[in-house]
Amino acid sequence: MVVEQKVIGMTGDEAIAYAVKQVEPHVVAAYPITPQTIIVERFSEYVADGEVRTEFVPVESEHSALSACVGAAATGARAFTATASQGLALMWEILYVASGLRLPIVMAIVNRALSAPINIHCDHSDTMGARDSGWIQLYCENSQEAYDTTIQAWRIAEHPDVRLPVMVNIDGFVLSHTLEDVRVLPDEVVKKFVGEPSVPKVRIEVPADGGGTKVVEVDYKLDPWAPYPLTMGAFAMYDSYFEYKRQQEEAMKAALRVVEEVGREYGELTGRYYGLIHTHQIEDADVVVVGLGSAMGTASVAVDELRREGHKVGLLRIRCFRPFPAEKIREALRGVKAVAIMDRAMSFGGPGGPVYTEIAAALYTERERPLLVNYIYGLGGRDISVADFKKVLLETLEVAEKGEVVEHMRYVGLRG
Amino acid sequence: MSGQGGSGIPFPAGWREVPMGAVAYKPSTLLHTGSWRLGLKPVVDEEKCTGCGMCHLYCPDGAIRLVDGKARVDYTYCKGCGICAEECPSDAISMVEE
Repeated sequence: MVVEQKVIGMTGDEAIAYAVKQVEPHVVAAYPITPQTIIVERFSEYVADGEVRTEFVPVESEHSALSACVGAAATGARAFTATASQGLALMWEILYVASGLRLPIVMAIVNRALSAPINIHCDHSDTMGARDSGWIQLYCENSQEAYDTTIQAWRIAEHPDVRLPVMVNIDGFVLSHTLEDVRVLPDEVVKKFVGEPSVPKVRIEVPADGGGTKVVEVDYKLDPWAPYPLTMGAFAMYDSYFEYKRQQEEAMKAALRVVEEVGREYGELTGRYYGLIHTHQIEDADVVVVGLGSAMGTASVAVDELRREGHKVGLLRIRCFRPFPAEKIREALRGVKAVAIMDRAMSFGGPGGPVYTEIAAALYTERERPLLVNYIYGLGGRDISVADFKKVLLETLEVAEKGEVVEHMRYVGLRG
Repeated sequence: MSGQGGSGIPFPAGWREVPMGAVAYKPSTLLHTGSWRLGLKPVVDEEKCTGCGMCHLYCPDGAIRLVDGKARVDYTYCKGCGICAEECPSDAISMVEE
């Protein structure tokens, strides 16, 4: 049954802060960085006003922010942080610690270009670089989705089969600073949806009374007063490191299922359903545009306009980039003649942008593969319009007709 | 190094058995680094040993201590690096084949 929801005008940043307020994690450690600042700024106001009981830890750097979250989450506490661009870059080594320790931290990333030259506007270079860090990555199209995804993120992260940190991504300024009507759930409904954080069990071997050892099952959390305190992330040599990493891959695979399950359950509550991918008009499409983030909202307008003009075009938005929903994408693109793949990041010297190379890899096992064209767009916040997307789709229709791709990598809105 | 500690979880364990989150699943006291020695071990000549304690200070593994005024090596943890033998001012420690 869909719950009654009120509408609040909020920016993407505010929507995320509001969702975090309703979840009320035990610890928020953060350092301000444009365009993420508003998230922790709003949240610190909730703390100051006594609306949440969260321990707010203002730290001296993003490296410390994520480190504090790792420490908190290791004790079983719910931890949240937010960052962007250079901040994420500074967190780098701790990203791998958080996922390696299987800590269900939720982090909002407001996507922003990386220096140099310095730039504060949107592209996906920051998180695309972190795609192999073992974090789940969800990319939102609008502020409503940012709110909804922030709530769902806890359920995904803490699921016993997953236990991985989650990045909730929104586009800098395009979403973070743009006012939108956002439907919000009542506090108690959010609290009930996320529930109490679960504490998984692990089996360890301990010294037994009277010599020898025994195997015991203990809570997976740091607790010096526990009968058998744990050591997390200690030295693991070539004889055991590999096994821990293989486990992380299994958790990622489980996340493919859990993202959909949680999206379905949330949909029953709100009427807004989310999955791994979102498709629009792809059933009989000859050409499909694939991408992620806010620009795909713009793309859907272009698709609708071209449909009215009689072109068989469609759209596929990747919501969950890590784990990568390869099977879903293969299914969705079956029968499509040509695909325009939108990348808001470069993989310098690579065969294409990150989204392109992953789609190409996913489609390689197909007997019949569509032609692929890679479009790099929007670096450093350069705008992409409906007209741009129409041009992309018309060019790709031409590729489909000719049956060959002459220029694999193209740039949208780049001055020649 | 396999099978150290006897009963319980095998070491090294398979990927399904290792506990989540890189948790140390054996007490470190069961992981005997003495097995890392590559064929040489330090042996103390108690006649020459003056009990100065330099070996104890230099040992990176804390595997030498003074017992009754003489250096004593704990072979369970000694990795055989040879620093003690090098640093001993009385030439009381020599590296011998095991």
